[in-house]
Amino acid sequence: MASALQRRESRAALGFISPWLIGFFLFTAGPMVASLVLSFTDYSLVGSAHGVGTANYQELLSDPRVRTSLANTFIYALMYVPLGTAVALGLALLLQRVGRAAGFFRTAFYLPVMTPAVAAGAMFLLLLNGQRGLVNQVLGWVGIEGPNWTTDPSWLKPSLAVVSLWAVGGSVVIFLAALHAVPRQLHEAAMLDGAGPVRRFFSVTVPMISGAIFFSVITHTIAALQMFDQAYTMFYGPQQKATASDASLVYMVYLFQNAFQFFRMGFASAMAWVLFAIILVITVVQVRLGNRFVYYEGAER
Amino acid sequence: MSTPVVQGIPPVGGNEQGPASTRGPAAAAAVAGDGGRPGDGAAVRSWFWRGLYLAVLFLATLAFVYPLVWLVSASLKPKSQVFDNRLVPETVQWSNFAAVWDAGPVLRWLFNSVTVGLMAATAVTISSALVAFGFAYFRFRHRNLLFGLVLATMMLPGAVTMIPVYLIWNQVGMVDTQVPLWAQNLFGSAFYIFLLRQFFLGIPRELFEAARVDGASYLMMFRRIALPLARPALVIVFVFELQASWSDLLKPLIYLQSPDYFTMPRGLKQIVDSFALSGEYHWEIAMAATLIATIPMIVIFAFTQRYVLDGIATSAKQG
Repeated sequence: MASALQRRESRAALGFISPWLIGFFLFTAGPMVASLVLSFTDYSLVGSAHGVGTANYQELLSDPRVRTSLANTFIYALMYVPLGTAVALGLALLLQRVGRAAGFFRTAFYLPVMTPAVAAGAMFLLLLNGQRGLVNQVLGWVGIEGPNWTTDPSWLKPSLAVVSLWAVGGSVVIFLAALHAVPRQLHEAAMLDGAGPVRRFFSVTVPMISGAIFFSVITHTIAALQMFDQAYTMFYGPQQKATASDASLVYMVYLFQNAFQFFRMGFASAMAWVLFAIILVITVVQVRLGNRFVYYEGAER
Repeated sequence: MSTPVVQGIPPVGGNEQGPASTRGPAAAAAVAGDGGRPGDGAAVRSWFWRGLYLAVLFLATLAFVYPLVWLVSASLKPKSQVFDNRLVPETVQWSNFAAVWDAGPVLRWLFNSVTVGLMAATAVTISSALVAFGFAYFRFRHRNLLFGLVLATMMLPGAVTMIPVYLIWNQVGMVDTQVPLWAQNLFGSAFYIFLLRQFFLGIPRELFEAARVDGASYLMMFRRIALPLARPALVIVFVFELQASWSDLLKPLIYLQSPDYFTMPRGLKQIVDSFALSGEYHWEIAMAATLIATIPMIVIFAFTQRYVLDGIATSAKQG
């Protein structure tokens, strides 16, 4: 009897998860295989594909623009992920201390998250304008002479990070929730033991919310390595001059150009697999490191 | 609300001797009211810190909100003033919006974005809920393995499947239609499946068992118990996907060629390209178009923000 029920349940379960199963084969597993095969060909959308062995991967190693775009992407991610995490955590800590007023601020902080990336990019092209932009004007009030954010090649990546930082509100909401979940007895116990505020932050707060921090760092790293919308909006398009510098060329922009502007589908597929490998390695390293530091309540999850 | 005004930790008062002598007695009393019975010095000190926190938060709010307010103003300025940072335009030039109107079929783009957004959000909410319920309620062979696979796909960059998926849509003649922008959502999405499953797991199993005894089918349990109880989570998924779809630039760039089919961000990109980044640098027209692309999302957020913000908070705790 139990087995009849089990069989019925299995069949029903299969029914419920079938959309994902079908989608997985049709739009994930199948295309993954196809993309891997394509990466060893010279397919260009017109005509047929010819096997070229590992030529695409060899070209990847020698193409300076691949190297540039990869470096740009890493620099952007290394600026955005730590800064974004720190700013979000700082704001969440402040919100936690102002009680019910937090509701208002939380809503205000989230507005940029709702703003479409193209809109944010277009807006910040003006706000970050080197001569007359608002950002430099404000910096001027405190005696800082702001750079040419949108034209100076060495400032393009910081300006991309600024645009992304503007939408950090989602992390604030998550961190605030994690902070509220920390039992207050822990803080009280630490206080009785004579721990000061700084000590309590590092010995109680940080370990207790390490899960949220860890989750946020991993997801933001994966997203940062695939950044496209802002960079393409602000620095690419038909008006882009051939002589423009590659200082804002992030990996996904170069991949997109190869696939859908130069129609080098094989080469772009190879680029995609390299990106996948990089993300995989970084995530595994982060998870390994995380397991050493992250505290999971009740261990088993 | 019984939430105390000062949460958990008393303000981090170092050796600061409260310089906040200007504070009124009412304020000091309010602080003393929630924190046990601190001495006068402690009350003033905690008031000082609270004021400082609020000041910093207020500055942060300016940084987050002011650009949007400035955008409204910039969209109304004439070309020569769009770069100035006055909040109230010296001259209000409504014709910017008329210029946007002439620059492209904006109404059409908005309509396209609404259609695509609703299709994408509806499809992904229903399909992800079905799949999530399957993983949450039933016990079946290889369940954990399969769910691990769902989670693993979150690490897969879209770029890996982007080209073959494009070739599929090309093969079936759907390039330069809006179908590729939402059809994949019919098959659920890993993050939402994860999120909804967490929610379903939180529903007491007895509720389902009781329904079973009453002869309910699995589908009825899903529709009558799981879905209504998970409503907050469904709203989050819907709004998240609506926002993601409304914001997406990559897919419209890949799939849409005819300007009539453009979504709003794709159309906005075209206006920015041809009016602001080249030609005669009409930033004021670009800003008017930017405002048009932004307002719908802000309105949706205004109506759903309670759900969305509390929902993110809850899901973060459960995750």
